[in-house]
Amino acid sequence: MSYDPTAADTTAATAEEPPTLPTDRHTGCPFDPPAELTALSDQPLRRMRYADGHLGWLATGHAAARAILADPRFSSRYELMHLPVPIAGMSQELPPAPVGDLTGLDAPEHTRYRRLLTGKFTVRRMRQLTERVEGLTTECLDAMEQAGPTADLVEAFAQPVPALMICELLGVPYADRERFQSQVATVFDQTAEAEAKGEAYTALLQYLNELVLAKRAEPTDDLLSDLTTSDLTDEELAGIGGLLLAAGLDTTANMLGLGTFALLSNPDQLQTLRADPGLAEQTVEELLRYLSVADPIPRAALEDVEVAGQLVRAGETVTVSVQAANRDPHRFPDPDRLDIHRKATGHLAFGHGAHQCLGQQLARVEMTVAFPALFARFPTLRLAVPPQEVPLRERSNIYGVISLPVTWDEE
Amino acid sequence: MSDPRQPLRLSADRDRCAGAGMCALTAPEVFDQDDEEGLVVLLHPVPAPEHQAAARMAVGLCPAGAIALDSPDSTAP
Ligand code: SF4
Repeated sequence: MSYDPTAADTTAATAEEPPTLPTDRHTGCPFDPPAELTALSDQPLRRMRYADGHLGWLATGHAAARAILADPRFSSRYELMHLPVPIAGMSQELPPAPVGDLTGLDAPEHTRYRRLLTGKFTVRRMRQLTERVEGLTTECLDAMEQAGPTADLVEAFAQPVPALMICELLGVPYADRERFQSQVATVFDQTAEAEAKGEAYTALLQYLNELVLAKRAEPTDDLLSDLTTSDLTDEELAGIGGLLLAAGLDTTANMLGLGTFALLSNPDQLQTLRADPGLAEQTVEELLRYLSVADPIPRAALEDVEVAGQLVRAGETVTVSVQAANRDPHRFPDPDRLDIHRKATGHLAFGHGAHQCLGQQLARVEMTVAFPALFARFPTLRLAVPPQEVPLRERSNIYGVISLPVTWDEE
Repeated sequence: MSDPRQPLRLSADRDRCAGAGMCALTAPEVFDQDDEEGLVVLLHPVPAPEHQAAARMAVGLCPAGAIALDSPDSTAP
């Protein structure tokens, strides 16, 4: 699919060579997106150069991002997309989604998988898990307190709470996590070689595959066992299980780690939350908006589509920057301020459209329970290192902190 | 802004619903999700006045455009 920039009616603003995807957060603030991403808020959709030279688009405006994600004329199929940043060892042609990976499919294939899963993740079902999340949170806090008064918050809290929960929900033995945790990290690691990514994914699937066979033979009371009664093949089930496991392990964990860092760095906001734990739900929404850890979302135009006054041609890739859209001053005034009194609903941290995060209600419950519990248990919680020494996941599809050394005063 | 005393009629399209639950989260008095497929269930096509604001918000938040506000005289279910 070739595109001649001189023939298009959209070149006025792109007479110079269009930029590549800005990825460097050199502003000094670990919570702010790359400055070049948010700088041009009056250009919600602009030209972008892709890793293979493709001239595509970058959406940074909230309205434009929302419109693209809701529009079925923009496909989620990987094989139609160009890579925004190169992956070492990866050919320019992206392979289609592996079996069961519904994030890389369009309707009706996507719909078939999604319908099998949505019933398992309803608001009501996830709320019913609140008590269980509270229990797991307490266990992790107990262990952290006993081992303290210093800890790596990621290892002691941010990772285990969601990991224990997703394992329990899916029916994946938590004790097996050695077998899948590092593989999930490699899959999301942008610096990992394509080959290493492939191997990690294969190993993850291999593990899930064994598990699926075990569930078929001897069903237990969990999601994977439930799904064995559907018409999904073993291969599909392993793929879906791997996707849910990876998503459950690595997204909320990063929100909890980075979110704690953000609250500790904004003591006035933390103080407000401590004083009124009833603000937990809206604090979670604001943290989701402010941090936007899962970013960006790619789409490919199936036909010519007009968005934000621009004509996106069939075959062109659009990179939707969730973090930029969630900092769009036209939608969220004073966007770079973390303000837990803000009504942040309408943010795109879980995406938008038919692919909007399936696990979002679980993530909300986990965070709404975990943040207040953490700050209630440790009223003097603080960083154990200077903030600029907190290691960041600069090159991952899911942003966050690699570790978060914290300390507190013993009672 | 529309007159909150005007009867507000909602419709839901389960074929479009993505089961993301934004409606049930935002306006639980008006929307639910069924247990089987997690798809939208319209509890009150004509929500009580005190739930109208939440219902409107849910329409705006739905990621799939599956719920809509109809004009009061609409014959849609
Ligand atoms: S918000 Fe929309 S997509 Fe989500 S459950 Fe409700 S109707 Fe369905």
